[in-house]
Amino acid sequence: MVHVGQDLAPQTYRVTRADLVRYAGASGDFNPIHWNDRTAVAVGLPGVIAHGMFTMALAARAVTAWAGDPGAVIEYGVRFTKPVVVPDDDHGAEVVVAGVVRAVDEGVAQIDLTVTCSGEKVLAQARAKIRL
Amino acid sequence: MALDPSFVGRSYPPTEPYAVGREKIREFADAIGADEPAYRDPAVAAALGHPDVIAPPTFPVVVTMAANQALIDDPALGLDYSRVVHGDQRFAYVRPVRAGDRLVCVSTVEEIMSRGGHDFLTTRTEVATDAGERVVTVWSRLVVRGEG
Repeated sequence: MVHVGQDLAPQTYRVTRADLVRYAGASGDFNPIHWNDRTAVAVGLPGVIAHGMFTMALAARAVTAWAGDPGAVIEYGVRFTKPVVVPDDDHGAEVVVAGVVRAVDEGVAQIDLTVTCSGEKVLAQARAKIRL
Repeated sequence: MALDPSFVGRSYPPTEPYAVGREKIREFADAIGADEPAYRDPAVAAALGHPDVIAPPTFPVVVTMAANQALIDDPALGLDYSRVVHGDQRFAYVRPVRAGDRLVCVSTVEEIMSRGGHDFLTTRTEVATDAGERVVTVWSRLVVRGEG
């Protein structure tokens, strides 16, 4: 039974440069700041960063895993607060997604997500509504 | 402000239909590491009540990002893309996107504002099938970082 305060099992997702290249191809977002250090540094970033939409997609995985049916997601929104910097090594970066049921109303659960990388919040106001 | 505020309320013509295929959904799901069978197996999707395999929740950006390109590239808007970062993203679903959909997007500039030396541009894209069935509404907010 879904109840307010229920936790979603925290998930850790590893993100490497290869993942970003693959996501660029699948999504059609070829902005070079997501694969080219030279460009990323030139625009003032510490290095190549993950697509915000990639991080958002990872956070959604934690939600759909909890919901069972990915089609039960009726609303999903985030604010991008900090970039996920992905070093050019085999380890990459780690994105950690935790969540809690904040409200249950008329058959809809609201999930609030906490999404961090190296201990810092990379998404804020990350919220999903799930039809139960 | 660098952005032309008169763009608020402006809509762009509907895009050409985007035909959503099973293999594109599989490719996208693979790229985000999502292994749900409903993204790949029509029988599993059917058991959940979907007529064909469904797409992950963030899949609609594949079509909306392309739909917003006409606006972003409009020189009259005055958007310097090299200074743009993604601010917010939101989806409100009528139903999940699924294989077989022919999706048409209509983008509207919902808000342009300036705060703390940065400009903010919010677009709303209505995604529907070419038969007129509403599928998802997508909001995207871009931040144009100030020169300071």
